[in-house]
Amino acid sequence: MADAATPVRTGRRNWLLAVGRQRELSLLAIMFVLGGIVSLMAPQFLSVDNFSQVAVLASITAVAAIGEALVIITRGIDLSVEATIGLVAYAVARSLELHLVDPLGALAMGLAIGLGLGMVNGFIIAVLKVPAIVATLGTLSIFRGIDYVIAGPDQVPLAGLPPGFAHIARTDFLGIPVFVLATVGVVVVGSLLLRSTRFGRQIYAVGSNPEAAAILGIPSRRVVFTAYALCGALAGLAGVMWVIEFGTINGTAATGVTLAVVAAVVVGGVNTLGGSGTLAGAAIGALFLGFIANALILVGLSQFWLQAIYGLVILLAISSDQIIRRGVQRANTRSGTR
Amino acid sequence: MTPRLALTGISKRFAATAALADVSLELLAGEVHALVGENGAGKSTLVKILAGVHQPDEGSILLDGVATQIPGPAQSRALGIAVVHQEPRLFPDLTVAENVFIGHAPAGVAGTIDWRGMRRAAQALFAELDVQFDVGAPVRGLSMADQQLIEIAKALSVEASVLVLDEPTASLSAHEVERLFTIVRRLRDRGVAVLFVSHRLDEVFALCDRATVFRDGRHVITAPIAGLTTADLIRHMVGRTVSLFPKVDNPIGDVLLEVRGLSRVGVFRDVSFDVRAGEILGLAGLVGAGRSEVARVLFGIDRRDSGEVLLGGAPVDFSAPSAAMSAGIAYLPEDRHQQGLVLDFSIAQNVTLPILPRLFPRLLMRASTERSVASEHTAQFNVRMTGVDQEVGALSGGNQQKVVLAKWLAAGPRVLILDEPTRGIDIGAKVEVHRLIAQLAAKGLAIILISSDLPEILAMSDRIIVLHEGRVTAEISRAEATQERVMFAATGTGASRG
Repeated sequence: MADAATPVRTGRRNWLLAVGRQRELSLLAIMFVLGGIVSLMAPQFLSVDNFSQVAVLASITAVAAIGEALVIITRGIDLSVEATIGLVAYAVARSLELHLVDPLGALAMGLAIGLGLGMVNGFIIAVLKVPAIVATLGTLSIFRGIDYVIAGPDQVPLAGLPPGFAHIARTDFLGIPVFVLATVGVVVVGSLLLRSTRFGRQIYAVGSNPEAAAILGIPSRRVVFTAYALCGALAGLAGVMWVIEFGTINGTAATGVTLAVVAAVVVGGVNTLGGSGTLAGAAIGALFLGFIANALILVGLSQFWLQAIYGLVILLAISSDQIIRRGVQRANTRSGTR
Repeated sequence: MTPRLALTGISKRFAATAALADVSLELLAGEVHALVGENGAGKSTLVKILAGVHQPDEGSILLDGVATQIPGPAQSRALGIAVVHQEPRLFPDLTVAENVFIGHAPAGVAGTIDWRGMRRAAQALFAELDVQFDVGAPVRGLSMADQQLIEIAKALSVEASVLVLDEPTASLSAHEVERLFTIVRRLRDRGVAVLFVSHRLDEVFALCDRATVFRDGRHVITAPIAGLTTADLIRHMVGRTVSLFPKVDNPIGDVLLEVRGLSRVGVFRDVSFDVRAGEILGLAGLVGAGRSEVARVLFGIDRRDSGEVLLGGAPVDFSAPSAAMSAGIAYLPEDRHQQGLVLDFSIAQNVTLPILPRLFPRLLMRASTERSVASEHTAQFNVRMTGVDQEVGALSGGNQQKVVLAKWLAAGPRVLILDEPTRGIDIGAKVEVHRLIAQLAAKGLAIILISSDLPEILAMSDRIIVLHEGRVTAEISRAEATQERVMFAATGTGASRG
């Protein structure tokens, strides 16, 4: 019977599946090995200071990447995240400088603007049915354009921010930087949302098999809209973190960040064709990229290599995914269970 | 006379099923040869072998007496075999001329494309076919019939000596069919060997010189059309071996679902029937007769243009599957991979997908509840699995189908529409699925069973409705149902011959 797969074949499939599934662990293992090599070449790599520096910087990418992961799981993409981060960063920084909001108000304001921009994306994609890549390429330009118009040639200097605001990034709680705690919080809440709510299940179903989802009566448009809205809100949070981290903000803040965000999601094991992946994976992917950037500096390679290496890492991650998927399929057909 | 094309002892297996078993077929130059058979008789597989899409496991192919192989579509074309598929496969944004010459455009200076030469050559081809075409216009928006003619012009442009027409008339009007036949006859007179695959027996008699019948992947007969009658052909097509299905007679209750004059423009017309509680209504017909389309309207995937549907006596009009589901209708779609299952999900996640809102009315879901609900619903189906956490993609076809059934039954429907529930699953699982269907009917569900498997539909149904080209051509009671009667109605010959 078809069910009587031999243990050997099943074993091969399980092994491949395990590697494919445990992307988070694989990434951590690679970081561990590479870290060992880097620490031999540059001993300061192993310092607590350096670690927290890497983690704090990676947190911003990670928060945005978590939102991006939600969107990519639905078979979409949001190229406008960097413009959302930039626009939110400038708006929040300027409002703080003008004392229109207090720090807590700044956070709420950032989330609200991000949410609004995300809803614009969601409306265009889920309701108007414009392909995501075109829609968000358009809004990328529009959001950035608005940022330029508001900011003009001005910048908000670090000194314009409330005293102590910029120190939040370096503040520890129980020895862990606040940014890292915030990111872990987002991962935990987001993962709970994906694993244990109807919305989470529907997001995977819509991304994995839209046709079946439609026949099951899953409200795909609402699900997709919500994913973009949440992605925008998280980009908004990343924008506020950007202000805290960098202090001095002008109209070009966060330009080019989308590449790193998408790279983090892909490296973190989210299927670019939708339907599978985890938020923890996306966050670890961001950490992985931050770690590589840091290692490059410590080893003495030029920062200019970074862009090329990000691209290389994306390609490596996607091709290894393809190879694993094909292996699993082959193991499946050979054991005749498909 | 050496046949233009001779297939000998061709066999082709897909996993557990034999699509073709030791079939032979000879195509002569200057003949139109009909290939007929029920759905699943192996016609498409044979067409795909000729097109170079599939490779036979055994057997030989002789072209003009020379042994040859067709390892791919390009080689098929190079050998002079042109296949016109039921759905034309053209590039809608390219012009008519570009489509005709795709892959072999006339070369101009330095390897560039000779556009003017191409347009002129395309015009010449259509002149030969005696049809008018603006060869510079894009294909998008042309009728199905016109697109088919472009496919035929494409075949002429490579001077094909073998032309395979796979259900070419399925979407043509009577006038367009006549035009196509005239062209086919002209090609035949020029010495082209034509293989005409069709469900429409009247067309076979109108056009063809000889006919070959396949049944269950086997060759039944090849004979000159002059010596055959429609009844002969149908007798050869049916009469498949019947496996034993455990159909039990159970009390049939009140009418649950009534369909009155249901129409969807261009798909089906004036379809009426009713289904009672505890009854299995078979919906028979050939592929493309509109059976699944009726089901899709009943389930709210597509909208109707006219007619009415009554559920438990009250008129209903579903705008979405979710509405149909909450009213108590479940639809097990034809293609379980495309539409039935989320392969990335576990068994438990698939089973609970349609009932999540009811199962977890509050924000959070509980994995333990989910697993126990899924276990409960899969237990009665005897799904062979390592546990409900197993990924659905790793199950066999039969077990996947049981999961789809479990999923719909978890939703607690009153009316269950099953579209080809046993296609592509092995015989053991098939019998089990039949047992389950009978059990569900015994529990009082009204079941609509769509199947292309004649023995299956005869054995399982209390009553059979036959569709032909979007219209009901017969309603046959269980006692009166024979394979011949159903096939007569399904091929559209039932009305004229009783």
